[in-house]
Amino acid sequence: MRWGVIVFPGCCDEQDVYDCLKHNLGQRVEFLWHKDRLNGGFDCIVLPGGFSYGDYLRCGAMARFSPIMQGVVEFARLGGLVLGICNGFQILCEAGLLPGALVRNASLQFICRQVFLRVEESDTPFTCAAKKGQLLRLPIKHGEGCYYADPGTLERLHKNRQVLVRYVDGKGRTSPSANPNGSLDHIAGVCNDGRNVFGLMPHPEDAGEKILGSEDGLKIFSSVIAACDKREKRAWLG
Amino acid sequence: MRVKIFVCLKDGVLDPQGKAVAHSLHSLGYQEVQDVRMGKYLEISLDVPSRQAAELKIREMCDKLLANPVIEDYRFEIE
Amino acid sequence: MARLGAKPYDQPSINAEIIASHGLSEDEYKRIVEILGREPNYTELGVFSVMWSEHCSYKSSKVHLKLLPTDGPAVLQGPGENAGIVDIGNGQVAVFKMESHNHPSFIEPYQGAATGVGGILRDIFTMGARPIASLNSLRFGSFDHPRTPYLLSGVVSGIGGYGNCVGVPTVGGELFFDESYNANILVNAFTLGIAEKRRIFKGTAKGAGNSLIYVGAKTGRDGIHGATMASEAFSEESEKRRPTVQVGDPFTEKLLLEACLELMKGHCLVGIQDMGAAGLTSSAAEMAARGGSGVELDLSRVPLRERRMTPYEILLSESQERMLLVAKKGKENEVKRIFEKWDLDAVVVGKVTRDRLFRAFFDGAEVVRIPVVALSSDAPVYSRPAERPQGQDELQRLDLEKIEVPKDLGATLKLLLESPNVASKEWVFRQYDHFVRSNTVVAPGADAAVIRIKGTDKALALTVDGNGRYCYLDPYVGGILAVAEAARNLACVGARPLGLTDCLNFGSPERPDVMWQFSQVLQGMRDACITLGVPVVSGNVSFYNETDGVPIYPTPTVGMVGLLQKVERHATPWFKSSGDLVVLLGRNREELGGSEYLKVVHGIVKGTPPWIDLRLERAVQQCCIKAIEKGIIRSAHDMSEGGLGVTLAECCISGPEKPLGVRVELREMMRGDARLFGESQSRIIVTLREKELNRFRQIAVKEGAPMQVIGEVGGGHLAVHPLVRVPVDELRAVWLGGLERRLRGQGKEL
Repeated sequence: MRWGVIVFPGCCDEQDVYDCLKHNLGQRVEFLWHKDRLNGGFDCIVLPGGFSYGDYLRCGAMARFSPIMQGVVEFARLGGLVLGICNGFQILCEAGLLPGALVRNASLQFICRQVFLRVEESDTPFTCAAKKGQLLRLPIKHGEGCYYADPGTLERLHKNRQVLVRYVDGKGRTSPSANPNGSLDHIAGVCNDGRNVFGLMPHPEDAGEKILGSEDGLKIFSSVIAACDKREKRAWLG
Repeated sequence: MRVKIFVCLKDGVLDPQGKAVAHSLHSLGYQEVQDVRMGKYLEISLDVPSRQAAELKIREMCDKLLANPVIEDYRFEIE
Repeated sequence: MARLGAKPYDQPSINAEIIASHGLSEDEYKRIVEILGREPNYTELGVFSVMWSEHCSYKSSKVHLKLLPTDGPAVLQGPGENAGIVDIGNGQVAVFKMESHNHPSFIEPYQGAATGVGGILRDIFTMGARPIASLNSLRFGSFDHPRTPYLLSGVVSGIGGYGNCVGVPTVGGELFFDESYNANILVNAFTLGIAEKRRIFKGTAKGAGNSLIYVGAKTGRDGIHGATMASEAFSEESEKRRPTVQVGDPFTEKLLLEACLELMKGHCLVGIQDMGAAGLTSSAAEMAARGGSGVELDLSRVPLRERRMTPYEILLSESQERMLLVAKKGKENEVKRIFEKWDLDAVVVGKVTRDRLFRAFFDGAEVVRIPVVALSSDAPVYSRPAERPQGQDELQRLDLEKIEVPKDLGATLKLLLESPNVASKEWVFRQYDHFVRSNTVVAPGADAAVIRIKGTDKALALTVDGNGRYCYLDPYVGGILAVAEAARNLACVGARPLGLTDCLNFGSPERPDVMWQFSQVLQGMRDACITLGVPVVSGNVSFYNETDGVPIYPTPTVGMVGLLQKVERHATPWFKSSGDLVVLLGRNREELGGSEYLKVVHGIVKGTPPWIDLRLERAVQQCCIKAIEKGIIRSAHDMSEGGLGVTLAECCISGPEKPLGVRVELREMMRGDARLFGESQSRIIVTLREKELNRFRQIAVKEGAPMQVIGEVGGGHLAVHPLVRVPVDELRAVWLGGLERRLRGQGKEL
């Protein structure tokens, strides 16, 4: 399969995603420049973390108008897989590809630490390699990661089982102290209706090797790989 | 033409900055402060033929970029 | 020769007041007239004032800095460039430096600290290195001082705000509070980058006819020397003069970083330098000096952010996120193309010349014409008078018999663990991104950070250290201890030192007592560097850290970099499992002078700092490194502030998992507080499995390092028989929240 990692001005984590996919998982990865158009042939597009356009105005607000984003919207509409991490999640929300918004952390501080996530749904291309209820240990590092959605949207998220990961403690329980940024309903990541676009605040790419403290992040990427394999096989079998 | 735009979090969206400011004001003795909401203020110079045209353009800019309708409201004043 | 620059703007004529307001002495002014063979004009006076300032010229420190050893087997670039460079093998080099941003951070903590980080990052990537890790060394006033919480939270969020946005992890640092810094905080920022050995760039202007290209943000009036404001007869804009706070734009910095690194892959660049202190003036003059050339600048072409800026202002502006490049003639468009891609300005503003003159033009008229040597090697150098202060003997007198040993040493331990200098710094570190670039093996909170080098088995270890209190009590010993402790911290993670960078923070060099401290500290640092084999490759000096005639503690901070051959062979400070033996490397001595304990518990800053034998120090470090390399060590932690008690506590409670207890018995007979909280040097607490004890002992004997088994990991208590026995959960609770509770306790919003 073929991965595309978009580089916006102010991106910081594009190299981490690239290295994790290429060196830890042996994937074919390319950087995509924000001023270019999106070419065909990609299986999954990643919007990495960082501070696109300095996060000036609002996080992700300006990046969504980059030329490449038109192609990403179209790609997603056709069922292509899109993964937004941290700032990428913010961009996907701003672009309307994901519901809700990410606002200032309740503590008003940037926060960098390891958190535990509980996988809530395993029937998506981003979580299919994990089990429902499985815990993942991943780092977060953001100032505006508090997930917000209006009550109507939240209800739809629940009904459609779009909340894919929640912040929990080491025993898998949600609690105020395990919720690092005040996110509504402990939400750490959501997918769209079609389950082909996923955004999360924690960084799977920085948890891809034992020496760095955790390799749980690989679960997310290997889910995508497994899902694409399945898709290919299905296509091949007709 | 000069336009002043005010962007604020919608009622109901938690505003931790506003809360922190309110708390500080209270601790300074301003007990009469009931609520603080913090927002953004933008000044835009426009070259347009009329107020109406300005209004149209500004509304468009706010809807597209300057405010996020999921969490924010806006209003503006044209000078 | 006709007086330069009479048009097109009016320059004030020069008088004694203006000279003084530029910080130049009468003698210095005479020297300027001698060099030029005429009176300088106002703009030239400005150029001289910044280039001859302490900050740019090192005029008071130069003679002492020469003492430091700057050469070593790994050193590729010593002091004098934008940063130092050491070889790390595999065709790669590490580029690093530390710089102070003390005064700006006191005026405006967020922006001061942010621009400090921005400046040091530029120093690193101008050399062709991608920054991969930052550290910082911070000193604030007493925690009870009303401004401290405000300054602390401003500085910390400024460092995070800038570093996080640029995508460089902040992986460690130190934080210290003392009244001495009430009105002069210290913000020293360190960054390390990695470059290919064959693609190193330097700040040099060579090749007559090559172009000077200005890149990055536009120029405004930020940061122009305070001198500007002292002279009113300037222009109609003078009433609009503003405070000279520089504002950082990390987004532009990030673009500049990527654009510069992309440019460096090609072959059009001759030299490059950050426009830091003294902006365009110093970058152009220093590059010309290093290249043995002249430069010609057309100031009318400099991209401006504000209207009606004068040549004086353009030359002296310290607007951030700007660089000056020297590009090969004919390659200008290639440079422009790359910067356009990143949406940045790139403008040819001049050229390299043969005449060894620094010349600047504005609207066609020549406004500056100064020989380059006058701004560099011919700048004044002073050997300022130094004298041991009279009160020093009294300061060193400490009568321990008058100091009562606390009855409940367990309570004393908790008190220390909760005190700001010892308490966990997690509140600070969690505001810094320490994961980005996915290299961080040992994150903030250990003796040193460990960063693996992608594509190799190796890793780098980084630390910053310094203890102003020790230096205040005995600057020579304090200088030794700063270097020794940094090296010991590296040893505790298993790294061999490659080199160091320093920030030397002192009071006014015009005071003989301060100059005495300065020269003593440098002699101490030199002796330690030589014995421990660590060369000094870069650094800076920050004088005039004093208020109302009271200088800060003399505070050298040392940033040291070490290499680990195998990344997985490293150690961390916390205990790993019950049953492991606890071994003390080094010796306990009865020493309490200058200790954190005396200060926190008894309010005393007196005595002499702990004694040190550099050969013993080396032996202890070598033993620790070798044992870690052989995979014998389960944990290693340096003993510093708070002595054995605090060190053991940190071993119990600082790990990511549940705290582990320890049972220790000490043989030495000495007073209980000295046993627990004395800060004797050259001591490391290591743990190992019992079956490894013999192998470890062999290494210790071979290196000549004293060692003794003092206890065993296990249980729920920290127990040092017969002095203390406290549940580790209690210790963890006071230590972990100590800083935050103090901040909240003062009712300050953070």
